[in-house]
Amino acid sequence: MSSAITSVKTSVKTLAATVPAARWRWLAVAALLAAACYAPFQLAPFHVFQLTMVLVYAVALLGLDLLVGHAGQISLGHGAFFAVGAYATAIMLDRLALPYPLTLPLAAGTAFVLGLAFGVPAVRLRGLYLALVTLAVAIFLGPLLKRFEAVTGGSMGLTLAKPQPPAWSGLAEDQWLYLLTLVVAVAAFLVAGSLLRSRAGRALHAVRDDEVAAEVMGVRLSSYKTLAFAWSAMFAGVAGCLYTWVIGFVSPDSFTVNLSITLLAGLVVGGLGSMSGPVLGALFVMFVPGIAQDINDAAPGVIFGLLIIAVMYVAPTGLAGLAGRLVKKVPRKE
Amino acid sequence: MRVSAIGAAAVLLLVAACGGRDEGGGGTGTAASGGACQGQQTTGITDTSIKLGGIYPLSGPASAYGDIPKGIKAYFDYVNAEKGGIGGRKVEFIVRDDGYQPPKAVEEARRLVEQEQVFALFQTLGTPSTTATWDYTNQRKVPQIFVATGASQWGTDTAHPWTIGWQPNYISEARVYAQYLKQDKPQAKVAVLYQNDDFGKDLLGGFKRAIEGTGVKVVAEQSYEVTDPSIDPQMRNLAESKADVFLNVTTPKFGSQALAADAKNTSWNPLHIVNNVAASITVLKPVGFENVQGVVSSTYYKDPNDPTWQNDPEMMLYKQKMQQYAPDADPNVPYHTFGWAVASSFHKAMEAATCPTREGLRDAVRNLKGVKVDMLLPGVTLETGPDDGFPIESMQLMKFKGERWELFGDVIDTRKEFGPLTG
Repeated sequence: MSSAITSVKTSVKTLAATVPAARWRWLAVAALLAAACYAPFQLAPFHVFQLTMVLVYAVALLGLDLLVGHAGQISLGHGAFFAVGAYATAIMLDRLALPYPLTLPLAAGTAFVLGLAFGVPAVRLRGLYLALVTLAVAIFLGPLLKRFEAVTGGSMGLTLAKPQPPAWSGLAEDQWLYLLTLVVAVAAFLVAGSLLRSRAGRALHAVRDDEVAAEVMGVRLSSYKTLAFAWSAMFAGVAGCLYTWVIGFVSPDSFTVNLSITLLAGLVVGGLGSMSGPVLGALFVMFVPGIAQDINDAAPGVIFGLLIIAVMYVAPTGLAGLAGRLVKKVPRKE
Repeated sequence: MRVSAIGAAAVLLLVAACGGRDEGGGGTGTAASGGACQGQQTTGITDTSIKLGGIYPLSGPASAYGDIPKGIKAYFDYVNAEKGGIGGRKVEFIVRDDGYQPPKAVEEARRLVEQEQVFALFQTLGTPSTTATWDYTNQRKVPQIFVATGASQWGTDTAHPWTIGWQPNYISEARVYAQYLKQDKPQAKVAVLYQNDDFGKDLLGGFKRAIEGTGVKVVAEQSYEVTDPSIDPQMRNLAESKADVFLNVTTPKFGSQALAADAKNTSWNPLHIVNNVAASITVLKPVGFENVQGVVSSTYYKDPNDPTWQNDPEMMLYKQKMQQYAPDADPNVPYHTFGWAVASSFHKAMEAATCPTREGLRDAVRNLKGVKVDMLLPGVTLETGPDDGFPIESMQLMKFKGERWELFGDVIDTRKEFGPLTG
């Protein structure tokens, strides 16, 4: 993992060197956004649903990237915070009958507080030890959810009505859910972007690059590590909330350890420490298992694993880094 | 910030320009369905073909169930090649993997319905995956036929007419054991070990209701979580109750543990009843066959390992066709037999449909009257009605003797004994 993080540092540098004109990047982002807004009106509902899930995963990966890519901490339990957001939303909708727009800030807040609480012990742990503790959280959440049946619905989970499009919009349900998710995802990326450009973002990078040096420069390690956990959990909570809106069903089986591992793998494949990494990682998590099954019906898991290995071999800095590396090879005219 | 403004403007523009999408999709009332069937959905079905989709955990923790679609495929391949399909329609069966994850099941259900344009979902496996998808299938009015889970909600629910189960639900199974005890041990004191989830609670709850007002009493109950490493403490507590019957409501891994714990404890020798889920030979073998003699369970379809069916025409056909159409699959694995049985049930239901439409299939599976399926035990038939969404509610008891299960007694029809099952 640490080698991946160091290689990410270099890739961030190459990226910065190869894309000097910020305007081009903004144009590309604007084009991407326009395409994203256009997509639901052109694609079949099934593909719209897939893209919605890509956005959900992208928000979750964005949060994980804050922690892993920018603050240099490892989390194998990100799925647990995702589940917290999803369950908080489900319980608010089902047991408290709150209107759904209200569930988003509340789910985010719940996850933020839990992340903050979890960040305190995490400050004392490093590397593999931290990874193990986060893994324990992911393992322990499933049985916990099954225990409190009156609130969580036990192992049967909770089935919920999805947010319905307002009548004036004339939109279909999948289009409405997609646009809701898109708006939230764009907002999440803007928040994360401004966060990283701020003093806090620079402090996180300093912590990642060298803790001792960061401390010497006046960065309070404990508060920034704790905050990194809390922010990361908050984005996961937002993603979990979107998930509940889109799927309309939560159960402990939806949030196994596998989810946490898949998220981490998706992020590493997508690329650590960049804004495009989470999106590429989300695309990978969403589409590659399906492709794997198309290749071989008998053992889709094996093919999926092989594909991860293949991607990491071709693009050791993740798919986002790969783009940077390719750009570097093409001579630029300026 | 400017970018987001552009984005927001684009969204508004597009919403205004395009509005919603026509929710058409899928043909209705083509040549295949004239007369009374006019106007019904004929997506995925023509005069010569019928397209079905199934969702199973081919990967992940529950991937053992991934054997079921192999039996189904072998059956459809055989029917396509040698019988000209079902009513002249060749069956195409598409299997997708959900890894036992509900969100993946939703995605695959949408893929099958919207992209592959299947006629019906033929089996989704597991209670979580089925719960996650049944709102969608019922909204889209796509039949979700013979789902592979024993939860009782598929039959008792009235808001999802397009979804129906197949195998005996856990409450029916509990009724079978209750009936057996009422007759053979009317004063039985029962100790129960159950899995703390919908499956365990369905079965235990059904059992308790079925013994109400009789001399049979539950004197001790202990639950465990799927994540528990061992059930030994629970077994010690149950042994203290001195019950004379032990009802073992577990999934395979814990079934083995409970059987072993019971065998080890020589001071407590109750009649051991193990539920169908944990009754396969692969569960009993590690315990040692000498330790599980006389254990009781129940079943409803023919066991390929049982020599009773050695010369049974359907079993011979099954073994021969499995070898021919699924040469890599071992016909002695009961999951393959299960697949074969459920596929031939579908065959019967589809043939009985008056309209070759989605509505026709939905109505046909809720109007099965004593339909015989040769892979089911003699006396077990498919029976449904407008108020009865449970195709199989009869089971036969079996006792372990030597190295295999031996059927005994008559088939117990829980409908007759206990009346219809309602929510």
